[in-house]
Amino acid sequence: MTKAMTQTLQAPELTRRSMLLGLGGMTFCLALGTDGISLVSEAQANTLANAQVTPWVRIAPDGTITVLTAGAEMGQGSMTGLPLILAEELDADWSRVKIEWCPAEAKTYGYKDPFSPAQLMWIVGSRATQLYYNDLRKAGAQVRKVLIANAAQKWGVDASTLKTEPSVVINPANGARLTYGEIAGFGTIPAPLPEVDPKEFKARKDFRLIGKSVPRRDTPAKVNGTAQYAIDVKLPGMVYASSLHSPVHDAGAKVWENIDPTALAAPPESWNDAEVKAMKGVIAIVKLPTGLAVVADRYERAKAGRDALKVKWAKAKAAGFNSAQALEGYVKIHDDPNAQVVSLEKKGDVATAFSGAAKTYKAAFRSDYGYHAQMEPLNAVVRINDTGDKAEVWEGSQAPDESRKSVAKALGFKEDQVDFHQCYMGGGFGRRSIGDYAAECALIAKDVKKPVKLIWTREEDIAQGMFRPQSFQCLEAATDASGTVTGWKHCVVGEGQFLLITGIKIPYYGVPNQQIEMRSVSHGIRLKHWRAVGHVFNTFAIESVVDEMAAAANMDPIEFRFQKMGIIPKAKKCFETVAQMCDWKAPRPAGRALGVSITERSGSLGAGVVEISLDRTTGKIKVHKVWVAVDGGVIVQPGPAKANVESAIIYGLSSVLHERVTMKDGAVEQSNFHDYNVMRMSDLPEEMNVQFVDVDTRPTGLGEIGNPFIAGAISNAVFKLTGKRLRHMPFTPERVLETLKA
Amino acid sequence: MVSFTLNDKRVSVDADANTPLLWVIRDHVGLTGTKYGCGAGLCGACTVHLNGKAVRACQTQVSEVADKTVVTIEGLSPNSSHPLQKAWVALEVPQCGYCQSGQIMKAAELLASNPKPSREQIVTHMDGNICRCGTYHRIIAAVEQASKGG
Repeated sequence: MTKAMTQTLQAPELTRRSMLLGLGGMTFCLALGTDGISLVSEAQANTLANAQVTPWVRIAPDGTITVLTAGAEMGQGSMTGLPLILAEELDADWSRVKIEWCPAEAKTYGYKDPFSPAQLMWIVGSRATQLYYNDLRKAGAQVRKVLIANAAQKWGVDASTLKTEPSVVINPANGARLTYGEIAGFGTIPAPLPEVDPKEFKARKDFRLIGKSVPRRDTPAKVNGTAQYAIDVKLPGMVYASSLHSPVHDAGAKVWENIDPTALAAPPESWNDAEVKAMKGVIAIVKLPTGLAVVADRYERAKAGRDALKVKWAKAKAAGFNSAQALEGYVKIHDDPNAQVVSLEKKGDVATAFSGAAKTYKAAFRSDYGYHAQMEPLNAVVRINDTGDKAEVWEGSQAPDESRKSVAKALGFKEDQVDFHQCYMGGGFGRRSIGDYAAECALIAKDVKKPVKLIWTREEDIAQGMFRPQSFQCLEAATDASGTVTGWKHCVVGEGQFLLITGIKIPYYGVPNQQIEMRSVSHGIRLKHWRAVGHVFNTFAIESVVDEMAAAANMDPIEFRFQKMGIIPKAKKCFETVAQMCDWKAPRPAGRALGVSITERSGSLGAGVVEISLDRTTGKIKVHKVWVAVDGGVIVQPGPAKANVESAIIYGLSSVLHERVTMKDGAVEQSNFHDYNVMRMSDLPEEMNVQFVDVDTRPTGLGEIGNPFIAGAISNAVFKLTGKRLRHMPFTPERVLETLKA
Repeated sequence: MVSFTLNDKRVSVDADANTPLLWVIRDHVGLTGTKYGCGAGLCGACTVHLNGKAVRACQTQVSEVADKTVVTIEGLSPNSSHPLQKAWVALEVPQCGYCQSGQIMKAAELLASNPKPSREQIVTHMDGNICRCGTYHRIIAAVEQASKGG
């Protein structure tokens, strides 16, 4: 099974749809309906005049069931998890299920975006499992119903008397059996397909695949070097490109504006063209609207050419920008009564809550820029046909539909002139959902009239990074005479709009009077989604203030949340669970302390605890143990779900303790892993304990939930050890020492 | 022309003498399991064995490997049967998977010289290999499992 899949992925010439058509057996097709995706029969599909229909499930007479997956794979496991959901309701023999990537056609394969009328394939914000779950269950159940109906007809019995076991329809009355493959040999598919009421879905106790230990399909290819990433694609006649952009950022006022390789952004004005063109193997220097690309017969020669470029760049918007100064400027914006304010939440009467408060609290927080640092530097392969009217793209993308769009735009094509070939991603974390580098590759391929592989160097990947924004926050809280939290004011200042405000609301606490707002600036810095983005610094500020109030009230911080914060039951359960997991009230070894924080993202909720120690001479924080309890709904794949949470814990620890992008004169000061410090094995906690609260609700996102609690939990633990509060992320040793001295 | 032994096969490549071994293996020969991560010897994604010792292919010039023996992830075992590969699968170590060839090759060097490493020895040996998905604890567990004979 896995071998077959790997072979397909290694054969980039293959178009996936052609594999499924015309092979006999039964093919079920997917169509866009008014309420999302649904299955139609192939006959019905063929009668549909539009192109919004493609094969989705095929059952071959030999029993092989091919299911397409929309789960772009960056390590989170949804490439396996999405077909598994369909296979569950289909009651398929999983060992006979083959997985293939689906085409980049969002109108057909997309989920309904929760925030707009659009159909999207963006595997971002931990959306894959939660947003595809119901549609895929329905699709699987419909195919099962058709198979049963065919068996019933053949046997001349009532379909409702039949049942299924993995890939077999059974008549319990006489023990007769027909495999799905056998049915595929003679079966017909009705048009329209039978409807399935969600009440007919399997009960959780009957699941054979969901919630069970089912191995990921991508693992075997990832231990022997055969897993194919875009960087591994090789085409006949292919040449290599390495690009250089203005080091000074030049993004537009709106986030993502100018993150468009066809729009001018600090273009090159002059460069040592003749000198670099004379270098060995160099074929061309392509002028792009955003930079230069050196094209050569070998990658090492393209890179050598790129490294030798001396360029005069047009002035960029971020010229003169200094990140540390800008961050201090945010304080003035916060204090400026005339500054423009975007209100995010207004509840009750905040002014009265504060004027009548028994006690008030006020604290300021800062957070620096963060870089994705995905292990596979950005790259893409593009081939344009001889007649210049069709392009193919190979890329590992979190949003193949978006990438296809950017490539089409770059080439002046319609989307259907672009074929997108999905590849494994060497990490995504929010960076790989925009397709800017694929479009850049398309522009180069058009210019040199050859297939091109574009690889950004690591240095370019950082210099042209799209970061988690830096931010300043001011948080105020008020308690009444009983110590209950009655007033809440939270203001975040920075660039990045919607990136800045994720996780800023507190729906898990019942504070009656709230005022939450954003004040925006525009520097021209490239910004992007980043594993939980704003949740990281917003949750840090929120949970630091909660801990401060608990300490002032001389209360246990968990009890304080239960008694004084109006916590919702779902969150309370998570705190109770994590308290039990870590034996919250038990004494810790000398020099160690616990800190706790809520965590929330993409519909999931949780509570996390860390146990730390602190070297007071170096300022180094050591995290020894981590516990987190998560309510993520029904857990589809327990192994990968746990791995996702562990992964986000490490990502969180790395960003909170080590990672920092700084900018001077509009350019990034870091250039590779020697000065952008990501966590290494020696900093690994001794223990990570992840537990999912047992619930029967629809799955919610798990890719990021392990991250937002880390900063608050660590800083609260530091307070417990030292009586001092950390206010600026990351908590580098220098900053910890400064805080201890203050 | 530089000739060397790659995964038990004699290969000759027409590459400039200073070409990093990484691009020779990936593009000239076509074995893509060895990955480019930083190009500066900082992340370990390109780790291969040179005469049995783990080296960073991005920091090794092809001229340095003339007449020597290079083993990549593709040559570690013919069918993913190396104890480390089996343990990696059993414990589902990889997530994105991009760094894992380098991790396995680095760990294989350790087990070859120290069949029963302590946790501390594993961490010290592996500390130069970055895994951005944070699979470090599973890597340690898999090396331990492999050292116990799978």
